[in-house]
Amino acid sequence: MSTPHEGRGEHADPHLQHHFQSMAQQYDSGKFGMWLFLVTEVLLFGGLFCAYAVYRANHPEIFAYAHQFLDKTLGGLNTLVLIVSSLTMAMAVRCAQLGQQRRLKQMLAATLLCACVFLAVKGVEYEHKWKHGLLWGTRYTSQEAAPAAAAAPATEAPAAIAAPADGGTTLPHAAAGPAGLAAEPQTGHGAGAHGGHGPAGPAPRNVHLFFGIYFVMTGLHGIHVLAGMIAIVWLLRRSAAGEFGPEYFAPVDFVGLYWHLVDLIWIFLFPLLYLIH
Amino acid sequence: MSKHQEGPAYAHVVPVRTLLGVFGALMFLTVLTYAVTYVDLGALNIWVALGIALVKGTLVALVFMHLLWDRKFYAVVLVSALLCVMIFIGIALLDSGQYQADLIPNFAPGITLRC
Repeated sequence: MSTPHEGRGEHADPHLQHHFQSMAQQYDSGKFGMWLFLVTEVLLFGGLFCAYAVYRANHPEIFAYAHQFLDKTLGGLNTLVLIVSSLTMAMAVRCAQLGQQRRLKQMLAATLLCACVFLAVKGVEYEHKWKHGLLWGTRYTSQEAAPAAAAAPATEAPAAIAAPADGGTTLPHAAAGPAGLAAEPQTGHGAGAHGGHGPAGPAPRNVHLFFGIYFVMTGLHGIHVLAGMIAIVWLLRRSAAGEFGPEYFAPVDFVGLYWHLVDLIWIFLFPLLYLIH
Repeated sequence: MSKHQEGPAYAHVVPVRTLLGVFGALMFLTVLTYAVTYVDLGALNIWVALGIALVKGTLVALVFMHLLWDRKFYAVVLVSALLCVMIFIGIALLDSGQYQADLIPNFAPGITLRC
């Protein structure tokens, strides 16, 4: 079973589909298909990065102000967690290639655990933002106090966000759209708010734009982490059945590629959202 | 480098040492990108952050994603997608930069402003 040099054809490997000549050919086709899928993912996130770039280039003061409400340390922690998970995933691929069944399962489980930690930390961050009304569009609650004070129990904030939650808002949600942009004072760009790093100065207008971008980008990324977790559970089940080895490890390899891409996207999201100077 | 020692006949097995080396580099660069935000480089800050992210991304793609050892065609596929995204963002930035001056403040028909 684990004799090397037997990747080639004729020899009916149960995992070789009839329309492929050899395991090598099947593997290459699968890999090419996976890369094409990853490219569509790059383009999907590319559109969001484009939205980010356009808003940030034209309204730097919003980003300079609003990023102070994000927790750099939690974001950094999540970056480290994802890098660890990438390492364990790469190790899992290696173990599958070498037929190390026990370590393969351990590495997959470790990756899954890291993914859980990532989502848990993300959940803590989201909850904090929800509490303080740091949300998108009309759900955004103006933060008159400085970010430091935002940690203190705010008495009005919950009431303010509770109202729209009842569906009682009379304002169209589209107010988050072009109107906000057009309302931006055109002369404000070079003004003091830009680059302010210490205590938050006066809030610029349309801060909700930042949180809209933040939630869409990290939310879509989070959905990808979830999808990756489902794929890893699937791999775990199959590896428990001992299906993977030197002749057949393609699924582990391909889920690995996907997982690394999700890590790669976070590598760009982290500095762009959390580490604005 | 003993390719035929064990493992599959049609794929490269990355040595543990290489994986750990890349992992260490990624950890270091993450701490570095965090630390560098406390240094005021003015407009350069974002480019430093993006540069570090690019180095990290390249490491992940080359080693963790096996691009270094796989056939180069996969790298061509990825890089061409990234080029498309960069052209897309570049043109969108040029365009939106051009029309900013023509926006009419507070003019957005049919939309009620709240903030």
